[in-house]
Amino acid sequence: MKRLVFTLPIVIVLVLGGFLLWGLNPGRNPSEIPSVLISQPVPQFQLASIEGVGVPGLSTDDVAQAGEVVVVNVFASWCVPCRAEHAVLTRLVRQDGVRLMGINYKDKPEDARRWLDDLGNPYERIGSDLDGRAGIEWGISGVPETFIVGADGLVLFRYVGPVTGPKAEAKFMQALEQAQAQAIESAAEPAQAMAESSS
Amino acid sequence: MIKKSLITLSVLLAMTLPANAVEPDEILEDAVLETRARDLSRQVRCVVCQNQDIDSSNAGVARDLRILVRERLTEGDSDPEVLAYLVARYGDYVLFKPPWKPITYALWLAPGVMIIFGGIAVLFVLFSTRRRRNSTENLSDADEAEIAEIIEKSATKKNMVEN
Repeated sequence: MKRLVFTLPIVIVLVLGGFLLWGLNPGRNPSEIPSVLISQPVPQFQLASIEGVGVPGLSTDDVAQAGEVVVVNVFASWCVPCRAEHAVLTRLVRQDGVRLMGINYKDKPEDARRWLDDLGNPYERIGSDLDGRAGIEWGISGVPETFIVGADGLVLFRYVGPVTGPKAEAKFMQALEQAQAQAIESAAEPAQAMAESSS
Repeated sequence: MIKKSLITLSVLLAMTLPANAVEPDEILEDAVLETRARDLSRQVRCVVCQNQDIDSSNAGVARDLRILVRERLTEGDSDPEVLAYLVARYGDYVLFKPPWKPITYALWLAPGVMIIFGGIAVLFVLFSTRRRRNSTENLSDADEAEIAEIIEKSATKKNMVEN
């Protein structure tokens, strides 16, 4: 009993101190909302294309049944950070051969068209989300936001804000490589199982 | 004169009412549904300006969510169903009142546990000081005798040194 009385305050202080230290960590962003979409299938949505851009619209199946890792980027011509992020995304597509699909969030078609003409279009598909309803399905809080969807159609990663700067890009690339490694692994598995059953 | 200034004052005071974020085009014609929508909106956190509810937030997403809440209600959803719909997309984070489930047990129980532990600690401290005070007041006869002996001994020792 006596030992308990002496150790209990120490234990409480240690636990509280741990929490406070965690709270003081400058790397922690308290306004970061964990996404419920992680490890969930791609949400249901269907978006028409932007007229005159030359790429088709975007729906759930386009993303979920691509059979490859897909990066889904929510962007708008009125969003200034998107402009900076555009260069990073373009590089991802050109250099790394990433499959990039876009959701054009609450944007006027003519503005979006001009923006893409200006900067180039790295997206293979763009859905025009005029009323922002698809954005809600994806649980976004603003633009830009970028998602990585695995080959199995599950959302693996969400990045809030522009993927620009070495820190953000490193974090994003790590998640992307992980997703691709996972896709290769799961693609190899059925083949292996087949080989085993035939032998 | 007084009447005039009173009128001016009341008009000015009326202008100090908080500005409503709910825009006229969002408001439902059905008053019952509208009150339910307002009530629900106050329980939902705006995901952009995170300490505001969507009822008072001017953010674009907040407006979209307000419209969505009203849409669900007119389609016949119950209040919990509307909230569940939002939680499915934005997580428990959108609710100002966190639900009772294993991950939030610590959150809900911590205040009670702290009060109980604090109370026990306070009682413990009060009780132990009282007991200490009591014990100094009432020495047993044996203790008194022992103390008298010690005093006498030290007194004789002192005398010896002085001599």
